[in-house]
Amino acid sequence: MTDVDETLKRIQSHKGVQGVIICNESGIPIKTNMDNSTTTQYCSSMVRLTERARSAVRDLDPTNDLTFLRIRSKKNEIMVAPENDYLVIVIQQGENL
Amino acid sequence: MPNPKPAAAASKPKPPTQAARASRRRDSETGSHSVMDFGEDMFGGGKAQKPDDQLQLTDQELKEEFTRILTANNPHAPQNIVRYSFKDRQYKPIPQVDQLAVHFVMEGNLIHRESDEAKKQLEKKSGDAAREPIDEAAEASEGEAPPKEEGDEDAPAPAASGKKLTNQFNFCERATQTYNNPLRERENQTEPPPRVNFSQTANQWIIFDAYQADFEKNQEKGKEKKGGGAGKGAEEKARKRLTVMDTQADDLAKIEHAVKMLERMVNQNSFDEIAQDFKYWEDPSDEFRDQQGTLLPLWKFGYEKARKLAVTSITWSPKYHDLFAIAYGSYDFMKQTRGLLCFYSLKNPSHPEYVFETDSAVLTAALHPEYPHMLCAGLYDGSVAVYSAVQKKRGPLYQSSARTGKHTDPVWQVCWAKDDLDNNMNFYSTSSDGRVTSWTLIKNDLVSQDVIKLELEGGPVEGPDGIKLENLASGTTFDFHREASHLFLVGTEEGKVFKCSTAYSSQYLQTYDAHHMAVYKVTWNPFHPSIFMTCSADWTVKIWDHNKTEPVFVFDLNSPVGDAAWSPYSSTVFAAVTADGKVHVFDLNINKYEALCEQVVAQKKKAKLTHIDFNPKHPILIVGDDRGHISSLKLSPNLRKLPKEKKGAAQPGPQAQVEKLDKILTMVG
Repeated sequence: MTDVDETLKRIQSHKGVQGVIICNESGIPIKTNMDNSTTTQYCSSMVRLTERARSAVRDLDPTNDLTFLRIRSKKNEIMVAPENDYLVIVIQQGENL
Repeated sequence: MPNPKPAAAASKPKPPTQAARASRRRDSETGSHSVMDFGEDMFGGGKAQKPDDQLQLTDQELKEEFTRILTANNPHAPQNIVRYSFKDRQYKPIPQVDQLAVHFVMEGNLIHRESDEAKKQLEKKSGDAAREPIDEAAEASEGEAPPKEEGDEDAPAPAASGKKLTNQFNFCERATQTYNNPLRERENQTEPPPRVNFSQTANQWIIFDAYQADFEKNQEKGKEKKGGGAGKGAEEKARKRLTVMDTQADDLAKIEHAVKMLERMVNQNSFDEIAQDFKYWEDPSDEFRDQQGTLLPLWKFGYEKARKLAVTSITWSPKYHDLFAIAYGSYDFMKQTRGLLCFYSLKNPSHPEYVFETDSAVLTAALHPEYPHMLCAGLYDGSVAVYSAVQKKRGPLYQSSARTGKHTDPVWQVCWAKDDLDNNMNFYSTSSDGRVTSWTLIKNDLVSQDVIKLELEGGPVEGPDGIKLENLASGTTFDFHREASHLFLVGTEEGKVFKCSTAYSSQYLQTYDAHHMAVYKVTWNPFHPSIFMTCSADWTVKIWDHNKTEPVFVFDLNSPVGDAAWSPYSSTVFAAVTADGKVHVFDLNINKYEALCEQVVAQKKKAKLTHIDFNPKHPILIVGDDRGHISSLKLSPNLRKLPKEKKGAAQPGPQAQVEKLDKILTMVG
């Protein structure tokens, strides 16, 4: 088992973590622990959002780049880390969010 | 076309047409139009056709004769032409007028047959015609032809030859046309070149990226040129191997960084309250509790593999203030275990950042002050090892062996020293075998050199078989002076502390009878150059002036003191941990006799606290126990009072710290 797998497992075992999804830049899920429809929904919308966010950041300063995206909502927090043509999405729910 | 005008002077009138002419003349004069006479002429006496409006004349009238006189004068020629004469300067009539009138002109190419030109032409034609028959008849008979020709000579040319003269009317053009080659068409169709439609919107950052890539390419090219051909092959090979490795490696490895970051985020969310406390919470009760302080427990660090192992060393990273290294081992010498080296970050309390496993228990570890990834460790089996946090390999980068002079007893402390003159990294270690050794990292080897042997008084002891046994003290701890780098203190299991110098390996500069039991820690004050502190299993912490053989302060903590540490922010603050699970924090500036804080922090009852260390920047402590638990504690404001700023003094520098401690020392002294 690789380090990444172990880390993913640890993240999943954390309190309040609802799901961990890895997808490629075109929104095709590679790894997930959520059900099919939710996964595809998260993937497609996060890919689009990340693309927009990145272009916003880079339009403002071309030398800059997007590293992370955190979306806090009433119910949970969606964390998106774009890296090397992949997106890692974690959905966490917490009492104090 | 016949001219209706009267005949010119040159024309000769002919009798038969005289009358017709007269009548024509008359017609023209009356303005009527007539073609009757022409009709008679043309149709040769056929029935005359008369127009209806023709003037009816009687025969008598028709027979009437008119006499006409021809003159040489042209009746139509103008008589009154004048022209301006420059000579006389007036208009003058011109008397001579041209009287000639031309009625009909026709050019032709007929020539009179008796003219010279015609004769020439005839000769030429007859010559041509005559020659042909000669040629034809030359073979048949030559005698026949000449008399005929002679006879024909007088005959007129056209009759003889039968040929007509060519002229405008007698002319024939002849031409031949060759066959046209039939046209042939040939076609060949090639496959059309492949075409692709491409469209892209060029953002500012896409352009930037393209330029950046181009720039890097150029730089690489420049490097290759400089590097020359020799190393190229090897480099390319290495690169190829790398790419192969890359493709083989799991795709998930690419997102390692992202996943790590996410783990920290999740931890941040989970431990949000603790993070808030770490940053902002200050115990409000401190204001009312003069000279007392508290410790607020923050994160607890755990690792399932480290369960039941004792924390044997805690070191904060000198560069990254959230990172610290923990050594795990065992202090129970009947039950020795494997060891662990872990790097933890405050950002992720649930799992260590880096883990190295060892076969033998680790008893000590130290991080290099300048290269924060370099970690040296001392093991129970007597070896020292060097690890790098960024290494890919599982085992140590360097490890001492029997060949390279490893210790024969457990190594109790290691400490990095400044790089030597050749810029090789080196560190010191001390062990129960009585040696303090310097280790230098040279290429792939650890090179050892004994700095001093801790001989006890009385010299070598006679063994049972007459062998002389060296009577050596077991070094448990040592610390180098921060300014005089040759000066160091060694604490021993026997309770003695020696002040030594790397310059003299044979003798001690000073011997302190410090404790009755093993010295667990000896450490110089970070501000004051002559003060150091020792702690021991005999329940005491002692503070010394290295020029005096008696301690300046003695504190009895009612339990073996595992570790003691000076604070990095104040010269008078230090903390100690005891086996009964308590942390004691002292500030000599406030209370010279009792601890400002004495708090049980062990996570489980009966857990012995073993080590403690101050964070170099933040007001927190890390405490470890013998069950493998690690806790972080926040110092309340009372425990981290800085020396008061003097009015006028620019900044509370190290000098102020030294003065503060000196003041207390003089009070005691």
